[in-house]
Amino acid sequence: MSKVLLGVMCACLPLFAAAADSIPGTPAPKVDQPEAYQPWKAVAYAIQEPLGGLKGNAANGRKIAIDRSKGNCLACHVMPIQEEEFHGELGPALGKIGKKYNEGKLRMRIVNIQEVLADSLMPPFYMKPDKLNRVVEKYQGRTVLTAQEVEDVVAYLTTLK
Amino acid sequence: MKLKTALALGAGFGALCTYADAFSAEVYSGYTLLRQETKDMQDDDFMNPGMGALARGAAMFTTPNAKGVSCASCHGADGKKLSAKRIAQYPVLDAKSKRPITLQQRVINESSERLGISTLKYESDDALSLEAFVRNIARGQEVNVQTDGAMTPFYEAGKKLYETRSGQLNMACSLCHDNHPGEKLRAQVLSQGQTNGFPLYRLATGKLTGTQTRFNQCFDAFRAKPYPFGSEEYTLLELYANAHGNGLKIETPAVRF
Repeated sequence: MSKVLLGVMCACLPLFAAAADSIPGTPAPKVDQPEAYQPWKAVAYAIQEPLGGLKGNAANGRKIAIDRSKGNCLACHVMPIQEEEFHGELGPALGKIGKKYNEGKLRMRIVNIQEVLADSLMPPFYMKPDKLNRVVEKYQGRTVLTAQEVEDVVAYLTTLK
Repeated sequence: MKLKTALALGAGFGALCTYADAFSAEVYSGYTLLRQETKDMQDDDFMNPGMGALARGAAMFTTPNAKGVSCASCHGADGKKLSAKRIAQYPVLDAKSKRPITLQQRVINESSERLGISTLKYESDDALSLEAFVRNIARGQEVNVQTDGAMTPFYEAGKKLYETRSGQLNMACSLCHDNHPGEKLRAQVLSQGQTNGFPLYRLATGKLTGTQTRFNQCFDAFRAKPYPFGSEEYTLLELYANAHGNGLKIETPAVRF
């Protein structure tokens, strides 16, 4: 009988070991949660209000435009960013885009250009995640850019005149 | 006034021509977009880095199983009893399942059913090498995938997948390869997404690469969940992608960036 009890206890050992890993009262390991989606309103193909009322930082926007895992604008657009080689040519050059479009129109095009040009291959950088199809797990529930990053890119583009 | 009308007519005619050009664009192999040194590498069998895998495939083709039987027992040591025309038609409708079957799936099935070799995994180095060896027999043949008759619904389903947006970047194959071939994505020139050179050697990864692995690489880039190798979806996508290049000459093993 005691042998059986010992057997049961041994079988339970791994369980105890696993339980010891998470001591009650300690915070769970921090998981990078996606931020809440900021609603926006388009009027005549423009979003006048900054996402979440945030203020953009143009210098940071320029960095995001270069970053291949963020904006990666250079993949398809020629931009006044001389230190980077090989600017793509799929989309229009953006050297004077701040003259062509005002801030609201630029924001609309970064948030989701497909609302303006249905067949565009430009990624929607701030499309509502639940409207996307077959997103790989790592990026599920997330936008390509955060609201702040969208505002940073918009701030940068408005300087291109 | 007359001059203005003439100018307007001229501009209209010009626009119409450009429009017509865009839609009557002929199919061309990704080979035409290569730098001369890469073309030379592909054209010379002694330099072509895909040839190593081909040799491996050739060895598999002639290696007998425990009963002394190999692919070569039926198809000849160099596979010359296989029909190059038939190889160029893949994916074909499978007689048993009445569904399309890819060349690699055929090679895997034959190995398993006739030789009892059940270790060939879809898109593994072995399966790719054997597929490359077989497809190379049809090098120079024109791709000739059936798109009509009983194949129509499968072809249409493949086309739909080709045009369906997916992933966080919300992309579809057609957006790049139908709408923007020849244009630069950063330093890389977009191709028409033709498959006439597959399995091919990719300089970017240094590996013999199958059509479905290439699909995965694009899906990864736009942060979409890929489909499993040999799945219904990838079979349909390969069917459409291959048929998309009907008339192009098979180049296996091609060399691409």
